[in-house]
Amino acid sequence: MIKFSDEKLKKVDEIVARYPQGKQKSALLPVLHLAQEEFGGWLSTEAMDYVASLLKLEPIEVYEVATFYSMYNLKPVGRYMFEVCQTGPCMLRGSDQIIDYIKQKLNIGIGETTPDGLFTLKTVECLGACGYAPMMQLGKHFREHLTPEKVDAIIEECRRNTAANN
Amino acid sequence: MGSRKLLLEKAHVPGIRGYDVYRREGGYRSVEKALKTMSPDQVTEEVKKSGLRGRGGAGFPTGMKWSFLAKPEGVPRYLVCNADESEPGTFKDRYLMEFLPHLLIEGLIVSSFALGSKSTYIYIRGEYAWIPDILEQAIAEAKNNGWLGKNILGTGFDCEIYVHRGAGAYICGEETALIESLEGKRGNPRIKPPFPAVKGVWDCPTVVNNVETLAAVVPIINEGGEAYSKIGVGKSTGTKLLSACGNINKPGVYEIDMTISVEEFIFSDEYCGGIPNGKRLKACIPGGSSVPILPANLLLKTAKGETRIMNYESLSDGGFAKGSMMGSGGFIVLDEDQCVVRNTLTLARFYRHESCGQCSPCREGTGWMEKILKNIEYGKGKSSDIDLLWDIQRKIEGNTICPLGDAAAWPVAAAIRHFRDEFEWHVANPIASQNRNFGLAHYADPLEVVPA
Ligand SMILES: Cc1cc2nc3c(=O)[nH]c(=O)nc-3n(C[C@H](O)[C@H](O)[C@H](O)COP(=O)(O)O)c2cc1C
Ligand code: SF4
Ligand code: FES
Repeated sequence: MIKFSDEKLKKVDEIVARYPQGKQKSALLPVLHLAQEEFGGWLSTEAMDYVASLLKLEPIEVYEVATFYSMYNLKPVGRYMFEVCQTGPCMLRGSDQIIDYIKQKLNIGIGETTPDGLFTLKTVECLGACGYAPMMQLGKHFREHLTPEKVDAIIEECRRNTAANN
Repeated sequence: MGSRKLLLEKAHVPGIRGYDVYRREGGYRSVEKALKTMSPDQVTEEVKKSGLRGRGGAGFPTGMKWSFLAKPEGVPRYLVCNADESEPGTFKDRYLMEFLPHLLIEGLIVSSFALGSKSTYIYIRGEYAWIPDILEQAIAEAKNNGWLGKNILGTGFDCEIYVHRGAGAYICGEETALIESLEGKRGNPRIKPPFPAVKGVWDCPTVVNNVETLAAVVPIINEGGEAYSKIGVGKSTGTKLLSACGNINKPGVYEIDMTISVEEFIFSDEYCGGIPNGKRLKACIPGGSSVPILPANLLLKTAKGETRIMNYESLSDGGFAKGSMMGSGGFIVLDEDQCVVRNTLTLARFYRHESCGQCSPCREGTGWMEKILKNIEYGKGKSSDIDLLWDIQRKIEGNTICPLGDAAAWPVAAAIRHFRDEFEWHVANPIASQNRNFGLAHYADPLEVVPA
C-alpha cells in the first residue's frame, strides 16, 4: 500500500491550511503534484484513491481533475521526461529539428520510452520560454537554447546521474 | 536614452531578489504609504486616476474593475493574482516573478489592502515549477519583516499570500476557469454572469488581476496616479512589458513606455536588435498568439500610412481587417524564410489541445481547423479548404462560453485574410511546398495609402 512519509503528510496539512475551513478540495492540485513526485512520476489509481482519502473527496473527483491537466501522468513514464515545446515561437527557432534529433538519438518516437526506462519523449505546447527557444522541460526546470550538442550533453548528464544514484 | 522603466529599473541590481537589497533600493515604500496614509478607497482612486489597464490581455481598466467588487457585510473578499501565463509568445510575468519577486509581493499587499483581501492567492502555471520556491521565499521574508501577517504596520490590516500551482492548462488563465481550478476542479470556464466580482472563488467576491498589473500598482502608489497617467499616450498610460521572440537578434523581456514605433522596437539595438542573418521581416504577431498576424507592410505603418506605435490604440488601428492588438505583449517575429501556413497550423494545434471541450463550436471547430491546416501544410489541401477554414472560424467566433473560441478563430482568420496567396500556393503546389517556402513574396511591399 502506498502512503506519504510523515514529513510529506505534514506538507499536506500545510497545503490544506492555505484554504478556508471546509475547502480542502482546493488542495487537490498541489497534493496531486506531491503524489506524482513521491510515487514514481505518475498517478496510479491507487495513488489517486489515496489522495482522495486524504482530502476526504470521492475518488471520481480526483480522477476528473487528474485527467484534465496535462502535467499529471496517468501512465508510467521514463525516469527522465524530455518535454519539448513545439508551438509557433519555438517552431520558428527550430524545435522541429530538435525533436527529430532526440527521436533519432534515443531511437524512440513521440510518447515513447526507451527500453531501459530512462527516457520518455513528449511534445508539449508553449511553456512560456518562447524567447529562449528551442526548449524543453526536464523535471522541475527548463532547458533552453537547445542545440544537438546541448541535447547530447543533457542525455549524458542524465546517464551520469543515474549511474551515481544506483 | 530609451524609455522610462518603472518595473524593471532595478532588475539588474545584484541581490535584488532578496529582501535586504530590495528594501535598501526603496522597496515596500508603497505599502507604508498606502497602509499608513491612505484609505482602501483612496488606493483604488489612485489606480483609477493612473489609467492602468489590465496587462493580462484584455486591457480592462483596473481601477474600474476594483470598484465593481461587491462588499457584502461579513463575507470575505479575495484577490487572486493570475500568473498562469500560457499564451504562446508571452513570458513577461515569469521574468518579473523570477527576478523581482518582491515587487509582485509588494503590489499584492497594497492591492489586497485596497480590496480588503485577507487571503490572497497567486495562481501560477504548473510548468513554472521552480518559481513557487522563489515567491514563497519572498513571502517568508516579507512576513519576517512585518509586511504580511497580522496587524501589518500596526494598522489592523491582516493579510497572507499563498502560492497555488496549476498543472498544465492554458484555459486556467481565463479568470473563471482559474477560479474553478483554485477550487480544485477541472478548468471549465463558468457562464457569466454572475461575474467574479460578485461570486468568485468559494462563491465570494473576487478580483483576478495579472502579475504585471499588480506589480504596476507599486509605482502608481509611489508616484501618484496622475504622474503615472502622464507616461505614455492617450489611453495607453504607464509602461508595458513586452516579451519578444521569434526571428530577432535579441529575444527577451523589455519595458517600454508606449510611445515608440513598432519599427524601432524591432530594429533598434536597445530592443529586439533586428533580424538575424540579414533576413527581411515578413510578418509579426504583436500581442500573443491570439491576436491577428500582420504582414510587414501593415505592421510598420497603418492603413492610413501613419507610423504604427507600440500601444493599445495604434496596434489596433484599422480594426481586425487592417490592424491587430496589444494583447498580452507577446511579440512574435517571422522572417522571410518562415511559412505562415505552418505557423498557423502550430497555433491551431495549440488551441485544439487547450480547448476545455465544453462548447461544441470550440471543441469541434479547433480540431477541424487543425486537420485542414495539416492537409494544406503537407500537400494534401484542396482549394475549397481555404474557404472552409474561413467558414469554420466564423462559426466559432462569438458562439462560445469563453473567449478561447475567439482566440482560436482570430489567428486563422488573420492568416487567411493577409496571406491568402501563400495558402493558395500551398494548395496549387503540393510537391514544391514540401521542399521550399513561399518566401517574402509581396508582404513587405509598400501599400497604397487609403486617404482617411
Ligand atoms: C483563454 C484565456 C487565457 C487567458 N490567460 C491569461 C493568463 O495567462 N494571464 C492573465 O493574466 N490573463 C489571462 N487571461 C485573461 C483573464 O481572463 C483576465 O482577464 C485577466 O487575468 C484579468 O487581469 P488584468 O485585468 O489584470 O489583465 C486569459 C483569458 C482567456 C480567455
Ligand atoms: S470556448 Fe472552448 S475553452 Fe472556452 S469554455 Fe468553450 S470549449 Fe471551453
Ligand atoms: S512557444 Fe515554446 S515556449 Fe512558448
